[in-house]
Amino acid sequence: MLIRTPSDILPSEITPQALYLRRREFLRQAAALGLAGTMLPASGSVFAQTAAPVTEPGKLAKLPGKPSPLSTTDKATPYKDVVTYNNYYEFGTDKAQPAQYAHKLKTRPWSVMVDGEVKNKKPIDIEDLLKLAPMEERIYRMRCVEGWSMVIPWVGYSMSELIKRVEPTAKAKYVAFATATQPETMIGLRLPVLEWPYVEGLRMDEAMHPLTLLGFGLYGEVLPNQNGAPVRLVVPWKYGFKSIKSIVRITFMESMPKTSWNVAASHEYGFYSNVNPAVDHPRWSQASERRIGEDGFFQPKRKTLLFNGYADQVAGLYSGMDLKKFF
Amino acid sequence: MAWQPRPGPLGWIKAGVFAACLVPMARLFHGAFTNSLGANPIEAITRSTGWWTLFLLAVTLAVTPVRKFTGANWLLRLRRMLGLFAFFYALAHFITFIWFDHWFDMGEIFKDVIKRPFVTVGFAAFVLLVPLAVTSNTAMVRKLGRNWQRLHRIAYAIAVLGVLHFWWLVKRDLTEPALFAVVVVVLLGMRLRHAPIPGRA
Repeated sequence: MLIRTPSDILPSEITPQALYLRRREFLRQAAALGLAGTMLPASGSVFAQTAAPVTEPGKLAKLPGKPSPLSTTDKATPYKDVVTYNNYYEFGTDKAQPAQYAHKLKTRPWSVMVDGEVKNKKPIDIEDLLKLAPMEERIYRMRCVEGWSMVIPWVGYSMSELIKRVEPTAKAKYVAFATATQPETMIGLRLPVLEWPYVEGLRMDEAMHPLTLLGFGLYGEVLPNQNGAPVRLVVPWKYGFKSIKSIVRITFMESMPKTSWNVAASHEYGFYSNVNPAVDHPRWSQASERRIGEDGFFQPKRKTLLFNGYADQVAGLYSGMDLKKFF
Repeated sequence: MAWQPRPGPLGWIKAGVFAACLVPMARLFHGAFTNSLGANPIEAITRSTGWWTLFLLAVTLAVTPVRKFTGANWLLRLRRMLGLFAFFYALAHFITFIWFDHWFDMGEIFKDVIKRPFVTVGFAAFVLLVPLAVTSNTAMVRKLGRNWQRLHRIAYAIAVLGVLHFWWLVKRDLTEPALFAVVVVVLLGMRLRHAPIPGRA
């Protein structure tokens, strides 16, 4: 009997560890390629399943925040729904895809470049951002432009905390935000669905509003990748796409930034994109919404509220403005 | 001469196709009762029933060209069932729209049909499917004679409206509507080639 000793294996025959560790990914990609030419619906691509999506609480690092008077008393949407029904086009346009693919996103090392019309131009490391101000739990309604809504217990602090510290110049009238682009982890970047990187923006007074949140967590834990880890924006009175995910750059500007959805279809997605039941999307109504996890088969959809129910706090930002014109 | 099943085996093929066509609906019912259609089950049902309507419309329209190219004339025996299943999923899609989406609010439904081009074309496609489903039985085929074929050419318009409906509702990623558009264009293009040329008949 011939017993092979380890020396029988030529170094050239040994699969590099990096490749070995990627073998499953390779198989998945092969399967996905095989499927690409078929007419299966996106939900039927069972062969493209990936490992380790975060779909239940208790898997991620704790990130507690103290309760905030700005929180709504609406019932929070179940964690599973919050983390499996996402629009994060960098990981695919189907809402189930981010949960399947975003675990690849590299969230460390991570820094956010602050530049433009600001005194303290500098990259800020995520660990420093996490310590910049005390964490609060803010339970906010979130209304998607597609006509559904959730209630999410975010963890973070007001965007104004950061803005005050970096000291914008007198010229700063707007703030632009950009999402990371990681071509090696973000499968969605291969499709020219939107212009990458994803860019969003706010007027300075909107960005300074106490409701505007720099979010780092949800449900008392750090953000799952599909929800925009490690740091995102939450602007509860605007349609969800304004609340940009996985931020790597914050630029203070004198002129209105060009935002991704506005560039893609300016007649459908305005810069402001405030939730407004009286201003329809050109192709569908915005008068009502379905609350995920609550509004089921046997009750009608609920009425959408002006500024997503935050009119008392934010209507003043837009006094005298024609909301139909500045949609 | 292409293979033609004898009546016995053809019955089994029909039964198999019938069962296969019911699978998507069975999966939806199973998903609805086990709460496994994802975070937005109504959207999942809407998308799925719409997708299968288009798929079955395309399969139904493929019967004639495939038959001509392969000589498998027996495929014609499956066409009525395929077309009726397309109607079946369209009806489910329509019921989802008026029930789950609009909660039978006729005013809102009417407004949607009038105001939203994607709803307008989808609604038109559904309305046009109804006379085809009603006249699909053998008695009607006999009664209508040559007019039956003329009437059922509406299926081409329905397929175009269906693709347009899908195209206009998509937010940004047009991959799937574009795939359906290519399929429908090819299926209709094949017919142009075979259409009788006026003046030569």
